[in-house]
Amino acid sequence: MTGALDSGATGAARLEVEDLSLSFGGLKALRGVSFSAEPGSITALIGPNGAGKTSMFNCISGFYKPQKGSVRFDGRDVTRMHPPERAALGFARTFQNIALFRGMTVLDNIKLGRHAHMKTGLLQALAYWGPAQREEMELRAEVERRIIDFLEIDHIRNMPVAALSYGLQKRVELARALAMRPRILLLDEPVAGMNREETEDMARFILDVKEEWGTTILMVEHDMGMVMDISDHVVVLNFGEVIARGLPHEVQADPHVTEAYLGSGDPAALMARLKGETGTTGNSGAPTDDRREDVA
Amino acid sequence: MKIGTAKHSYQADEALLTTRPQRLWMGLFALGLCIAPFMLDNYWLYLACLVAINVASATGLNILTGYTGLVSLGQAAFMAVGAYTVGWMQLRLGTPFLLNIVAGGIVAAAVGLLVGLPSLRVKGLYLAIATIAASIILHFVFVNWQSVTNGNSGLTLTPATFLGTPLTDYKQLYFVFVPITALMVLGAANLFRTRVGRAFIAIRDRDISAEVLGISLLRYKLTSFAISSFYAGVAGGMWAYFFRVVTPESFPFVYSIFFLAAIIVGGMGTILGAILGAVFMTLVPELLRFGIDWLTPVLPNAAAMLSPVRTIVFGLLIVGFLIFEPKGLAEIVQRTRRYFHLWPFKK
Ligand SMILES: Nc1ncnc2c1ncn2[C@@H]1O[C@H](COP(=O)(O)OP(=O)(O)OP(=O)(O)O)[C@@H](O)[C@H]1O
Ligand SMILES: [Mg+2]
Repeated sequence: MTGALDSGATGAARLEVEDLSLSFGGLKALRGVSFSAEPGSITALIGPNGAGKTSMFNCISGFYKPQKGSVRFDGRDVTRMHPPERAALGFARTFQNIALFRGMTVLDNIKLGRHAHMKTGLLQALAYWGPAQREEMELRAEVERRIIDFLEIDHIRNMPVAALSYGLQKRVELARALAMRPRILLLDEPVAGMNREETEDMARFILDVKEEWGTTILMVEHDMGMVMDISDHVVVLNFGEVIARGLPHEVQADPHVTEAYLGSGDPAALMARLKGETGTTGNSGAPTDDRREDVA
Repeated sequence: MKIGTAKHSYQADEALLTTRPQRLWMGLFALGLCIAPFMLDNYWLYLACLVAINVASATGLNILTGYTGLVSLGQAAFMAVGAYTVGWMQLRLGTPFLLNIVAGGIVAAAVGLLVGLPSLRVKGLYLAIATIAASIILHFVFVNWQSVTNGNSGLTLTPATFLGTPLTDYKQLYFVFVPITALMVLGAANLFRTRVGRAFIAIRDRDISAEVLGISLLRYKLTSFAISSFYAGVAGGMWAYFFRVVTPESFPFVYSIFFLAAIIVGGMGTILGAILGAVFMTLVPELLRFGIDWLTPVLPNAAAMLSPVRTIVFGLLIVGFLIFEPKGLAEIVQRTRRYFHLWPFKK
């Protein structure tokens, strides 16, 4: 049972990726990538479309099995662990293409996030007695207090997710990830497709998560304005390789980075992004995985 | 939208019946169930018992197919496992009937676990075929495992006894079956207030992201199979005490289709849906028969002429539901409720 793996440890974790390589048939999506995300900091993973960012996330959360290299979580090698076990350890993520349960209410979606840390078994569930009921009530109270209030989604808690705007859905996905008691939070393009105001809200929430929860955050994002504003450390991927890393302003000034983006054939948009002029870059890449089909 | 949830009222907010009208209706319904046996004649009591059995089994299938998204055409076979277990225990061990029924559920759950194994690999139609294959294998076992099942002649049961009284008439059985079914429905409703039920729904809607949330597909798909066949086993056990003969032909394959149709017509993935669907599928053919009986004085050989028509009308009704109310009877109830909820402020 996954609950048994629950280490009970809390607080920010350190994530290290070492020499990771992943290929799909002949296509090398990642080639010997190494980087780390430091406890309690925000690390941004950037790069042009198709650079391998989502593939990297999928390796970290256990969907893809890299052919080479390792993922370590607070020093522990998790490369071969299945996704549910990683969830119990404190891996939480959001998806580039929102992966909420559309028929369920916001509240139920968020509650689902706590699954790995709950104990109610089948028989208790059928009877909904004593411990099962208590556990549900504790969860509800904590979700209300720490998550729903915090992310300002009180007004939608009982609505089905399918009825929400794109920006709110992204926020609910963050809420669900927070319900997982994350020790590392992986956010895949948290503001893609959002308008300026929604982007600013989301940036503020991410900063608040870092400050109030002290969670380690690894974020893939195309919105350079946001990356420059909130990240502590930036790693740049291109064609599956790390081409630059450092503080946001260092990376911004790195000629390799500009070149990589120029090479991606969209210089005008890039320059705009680099100046942080736009909050609505969105993603325009080719379908990269099977979860894309049901984008909101 | 009624929100204004004060912090201390989460318990009320998470209750099964949240509004006063809901509680009122449920109270009236329970009262109706209690007094019904004193109003109904034997024929209707017979139907009421059958409805209780079918509701129990349909609720089980709904957990598996409606809530977890795993299509099964093995429900009748699991019922047969429960019925044979009960028959065998009754005849060979003479154990109390409640124990036998629970044992029927447990044995069926164990078989369900095995049959559910392919669900880890296949979905949809492929899984449906795998469960059909399992039904065929089970049928073969029922025919050939002479020492336990008595082959084609089957098992003939003595009546269940409760507190020394043999339960022979339908009224007595009604008072046993209806509470059992009510408990099972309540259990199913409770399930979906906890992590277990949420995990089932998550697997149905997006199994990949379910895994990221820490839900083990292996564990929960098999759990769903086990619980669904437990429900079938208990229903089969009641069936055995109801008809008191269990043969390999007692639970034909069409009976599995009957349950699948019931949850589709009633509304997949809703507790109410399985109930309404099972009631519909059990009673509508009977009501249609009454229609024919009423016509007989006018049309002397109505029975002979219209019997085939009855089947056709029943089929058309099902098709009609699929087309015009794909979310099932439960959705009609919801709509009516919403209407009266807003009434008279409806725009
Ligand atoms: N499941 C898969 N099967 C085959 N190829 C894949 C798969 N997933 C990703 N790829 C390929 O791997 C490469 C990297 O894709 P990935 O989704 O990681 O890029 P990305 O950096 O997230 O891009 P974007 O900014 O567009 O989201 C692409 O060439 C993509 O087509
Ligand atoms: Mg991507």
